[in-house]
Amino acid sequence: MLNNASHSSPATTNQRRHLQDRAFKLLVKAAALLSVLVLAGIFFLLIWNGFYMFKEVSIWEFFFSSEWNPGALKNPQYGIGGMVVGTMLVTIAAMVLAFPLGIALAAYLSEVASPLMRGFVRPLIELLAGIPSVVVGFIGIVVVGPFLAQTFNLPNGFTALNGAILLAIMALPSIVTVAEDAIRAVPRSYREASYALGSNKWTTLIRVTLPAAGSGIIAAGVLGVGRAVGETMTVLMATGNALEVPDSLFDSVRTMTATMAIEMGEVPFGTTHYYSLFAIGATLFIMSLLFNLTAEYLAAKFRRLS
Amino acid sequence: MTDKLVVRNLNIAFGEKQVLKNVSITFPDQKIVALIGPSGCGKSTLLRSLNRMHDLTPQAMVTGEVLLDGHAILGAKVDVVDVRRKVGMVFQKPNLFPKSIFENVAYGLKVNKMGDKNLIRARVEEAIKSCYLWDEVGDRLDKPALELSGGQQQRLCIARAIAIAPEVILMDEPCAALDPISTLKIEELMLGLREKFAVVIVTHNMQQALRVADSTAFMYLGELIEYGPTTEIFNHPQHELTQRYIQGAFG
Amino acid sequence: MNRSTWIEQLGFGVLRLCTLLVVFLIFWLIIDLFIKGGDSLSWIFWSTFPQKGMTAGGIFPTVVGTAFVTLITALFAVPVGVASAIYLSEYARDHFLSRLIRASIRNLAGVPSIIYGLFGVALFVEGLRFGTSVLSAGLTLGLLSLPYIITATEEALKTVPKSYREGALALGATQWETIRSVVLPPALPGITTGIMLGLSRAAGETAPILFTGVAYYLRYLPGTVWDSFMALPYHLYVLATQHHAIEEVRPLAYGTALTLLAMVTVLNIIALQIRYRFQSQPTG
Repeated sequence: MLNNASHSSPATTNQRRHLQDRAFKLLVKAAALLSVLVLAGIFFLLIWNGFYMFKEVSIWEFFFSSEWNPGALKNPQYGIGGMVVGTMLVTIAAMVLAFPLGIALAAYLSEVASPLMRGFVRPLIELLAGIPSVVVGFIGIVVVGPFLAQTFNLPNGFTALNGAILLAIMALPSIVTVAEDAIRAVPRSYREASYALGSNKWTTLIRVTLPAAGSGIIAAGVLGVGRAVGETMTVLMATGNALEVPDSLFDSVRTMTATMAIEMGEVPFGTTHYYSLFAIGATLFIMSLLFNLTAEYLAAKFRRLS
Repeated sequence: MTDKLVVRNLNIAFGEKQVLKNVSITFPDQKIVALIGPSGCGKSTLLRSLNRMHDLTPQAMVTGEVLLDGHAILGAKVDVVDVRRKVGMVFQKPNLFPKSIFENVAYGLKVNKMGDKNLIRARVEEAIKSCYLWDEVGDRLDKPALELSGGQQQRLCIARAIAIAPEVILMDEPCAALDPISTLKIEELMLGLREKFAVVIVTHNMQQALRVADSTAFMYLGELIEYGPTTEIFNHPQHELTQRYIQGAFG
Repeated sequence: MNRSTWIEQLGFGVLRLCTLLVVFLIFWLIIDLFIKGGDSLSWIFWSTFPQKGMTAGGIFPTVVGTAFVTLITALFAVPVGVASAIYLSEYARDHFLSRLIRASIRNLAGVPSIIYGLFGVALFVEGLRFGTSVLSAGLTLGLLSLPYIITATEEALKTVPKSYREGALALGATQWETIRSVVLPPALPGITTGIMLGLSRAAGETAPILFTGVAYYLRYLPGTVWDSFMALPYHLYVLATQHHAIEEVRPLAYGTALTLLAMVTVLNIIALQIRYRFQSQPTG
């Protein structure tokens, strides 16, 4: 037999190879499990540290008061109501801008645009997705802010609206991508059935294709909300960070993320103030987790339907 | 005539679906056995169980025995790498790696550490020659294998399989993707392989079974219906199903 | 023209207008940055230290700092990410554990970057006592980029035909040998693209490094992984909002923003180019 010519005996060589194989499998499995550990670690760390704060502060005060003054020597206050309102205001306004625009772009790219146009717009959108948030924040300071101040005759442009416009720009790429995928996933037969009944392309798009892509498109929106809620640098740089409950989009606001970014660097380790920042983090984490899970559920539902 | 592979009471299910039902069959050494039958009859599953390729299907449930030279090859304790080195396989579509011609044939020799550089070179040359490919590729062994024609690729797959000196060669419809001339070349090659190896082929092509196989097994819905010398199966089928399948296929 | 055709034309017109508006907006913002910041860019800007309380000079230490941190990020996230993807694509069958891992990865991708910052403080800076350092920041960014690298690598591995794996296994290769010799090589361009996109995202992040190692101003370059560092994105934040003479340093801020944008864009274009070449090549 030919294999008698091998150098070392086949049995020991094979043993070594099997050992190697098993070791490698163990290694990659351990690496994959790290992701589970990290997510669990983030979760427990935020909850654990946040929990310490609730020894000193009532849940009611934390969520429903809007008085935030944790650094005060006498009578510190830990109400994040104002920040939650600010965060939601900026996020919702951003979505009001980005969602229709994103759907319009997705519909245009998948149903109307020539391949050439699509080949031009798609990379541009991908490029937009890659712009660091600090650069977007800078654009908010030097372009959007002054523009808003001039247009609406404001003392300065550091308002909720500025943040909302920037977040809309940042959320746009993911909304367009997910929504376009959803529209493309609608079976061709739906459209053909509609054309066969004498509908034109526009009616088909509005009455058949978009409703059929419905939960996929909504998933895109919810995902966008999740991203916008957690965005830090942009709002930190563009919304002025005033600690008041905003009356309108033209007020300055301070979001939950901005509070963490501003105060984490200066807070003494282990104080109630320190833990309260983790409590904000835990709240934010749970919020974005809920948005992500909702988006995932909707996307899964959409995949089942199509 | 010695029995190379013995299959006893083999049952295979993928989840709820029973694909092989209590199959017992023997494959002799230095003979070609053809497995025929309509699609979904389990012939490919049977073939793939002979070198444990069903391990790759997550929900496969296997009971029964497969013996190679009297040694069991199923079961978790068996060294599957060793089984596959002894039982080579050629697939339906040529599946060369995106490497050079030489690297493809040397692949099995290298992973199985079968010899030094010179020995590997000699074995690659020998394998390519016994597949009648040397005249066509001998002067361009370092060229990408995927540049060869379909028929050449399939013959190189056979060369790759025999380079590691297996004892059995399994072929899963090896000519399904080839033109008639390439098919004839491969059949000629099979007849040559018979001198050294036990060969088992799955085929949809009745004439091919007639041309190359010493014995033929007809399978239907996971069961082995009839097994015997090829001329007997084709000329005097004992079972009505066999008769209908062969006539249908001819007509 | 009848009424329904008229509505169709109008509808498509609105969609086209929206798209052109967005395209115009993107170009306007980028061109505006270029017009106002283009003058600041020069080799001297990139190769000198900040001077006179950061009102003059260049951004050399921030470029070095960002490169150093990204290197640490890569050293951690690339092996771990690629290994995770290999597990998911090559080994994991559809059971509870693999579903748990996939769900974790999807949710990690949605965790706000500032949360990674908090986690980095608690785990690396305080817990493991790495202090505010290149190491803490690099590992924090590494965790952040893991989901991207895993997802992209798994996609790339999925494009490798199953027949390659079968061919190698049938020749008596072990699974590890199969992966190393016939699965990874053809997937490499796709993996590289994913890694570059993930790392360029990490390099542009600010929030995760705020409390884990970045410094306002340092006179020296970081010598070891235990040192603090300056970074491009944080430097832009400082020049834009924290500096005592914000209007005076605006040209420097523009230059920094453009540098950051250019760096990320070039990385993205190279990455997408690799993927494009890979896709247009027949895989056999």
